[in-house]
Amino acid sequence: MLRLIPYVLAGTFFGVIMYKSEAASWYRIQEMFRFGSFHMYGIIMVAVAMGALGYLLINKFKLKDLKGQPIVIPDKAPGWKRYLLGGLIFGLGWALTGACPGPVFVNLGAGFLAMLPVALGGLLGTFLYGLIKDKMPH
Amino acid sequence: MIEFLTQPWPWWFSGAMIGLTLWLMWFAGKTFGFSGNFRTMCTMCGAGKAANFFAFDWKTQKWNLAFLVGATVGGYLAAHFLSPEGGQIPAIDAGVQGQLQALGFATPAAYQPLEWYGEDWFLGGTLWLLLFGGLLIGFGSRYSGGCTSGHAITGLSSFQLPSLIAVIGFFAGGLFMTHVIYPWLLG
Repeated sequence: MLRLIPYVLAGTFFGVIMYKSEAASWYRIQEMFRFGSFHMYGIIMVAVAMGALGYLLINKFKLKDLKGQPIVIPDKAPGWKRYLLGGLIFGLGWALTGACPGPVFVNLGAGFLAMLPVALGGLLGTFLYGLIKDKMPH
Repeated sequence: MIEFLTQPWPWWFSGAMIGLTLWLMWFAGKTFGFSGNFRTMCTMCGAGKAANFFAFDWKTQKWNLAFLVGATVGGYLAAHFLSPEGGQIPAIDAGVQGQLQALGFATPAAYQPLEWYGEDWFLGGTLWLLLFGGLLIGFGSRYSGGCTSGHAITGLSSFQLPSLIAVIGFFAGGLFMTHVIYPWLLG
């Protein structure tokens, strides 16, 4: 259990960022999809730029993780159907609830119990996918 | 410093802190992706008996569940100790506020719109709307193999074409919901 504490702390850090940046607010998600402000685009662009810098440095210097293992960032399977169709369905839910999976739990912590049905829906949707996955185009 | 932290955080600072989280997870030897937790929780509830997709050792994902618990704690701390009394109220663009008012949403008075996320969320149609929205999120993220953290942050940062396609899907779906379904549903 003690091994998990660093992950709880990293999650706490992430939760605070999500709340304070307002990326976990329906209002900011609506503003983004209505092109009303640079705010959300700026957050995503800076995060991706910094991530890409880390990725390039990790590959260039063959950096190792804290356990001494080489850092491997797995490639997603090739294809496009599952990414486009799954992405479309996810985007519909993201804009409807104003929350992606992380912020669902950030908002629960902030006291918005209305995120309970969103979390339950997330579980049901995942379960449904697991049941019919082989019938879907990938 | 305290004043900076209790204000809404600017986009450049927030983005850099998300980037830092991604680095931390890489150096911990993990791939950052939040929605996998839904699959893990299905498995913990016994879904492995219903579908092979859930037949895996959920204990390998304990670190991600710990991250989820942390994110919930972070939401609590940010709302109660790093924000004004009653929580942070997003100061969104005035034009967008006008558009939202036309759909029946009052001027922001809380972190989330109280029309949906207020105390009577379990009454009327709101409960079903939120449940349905969650269903789309859960189904879509597993179908596309990731959510905003796994595709938009991790995937784009590591130059993966599938993640770019997924993110284009996220935006196309979000724009359709916002500009076509919202007016139809609420207009």
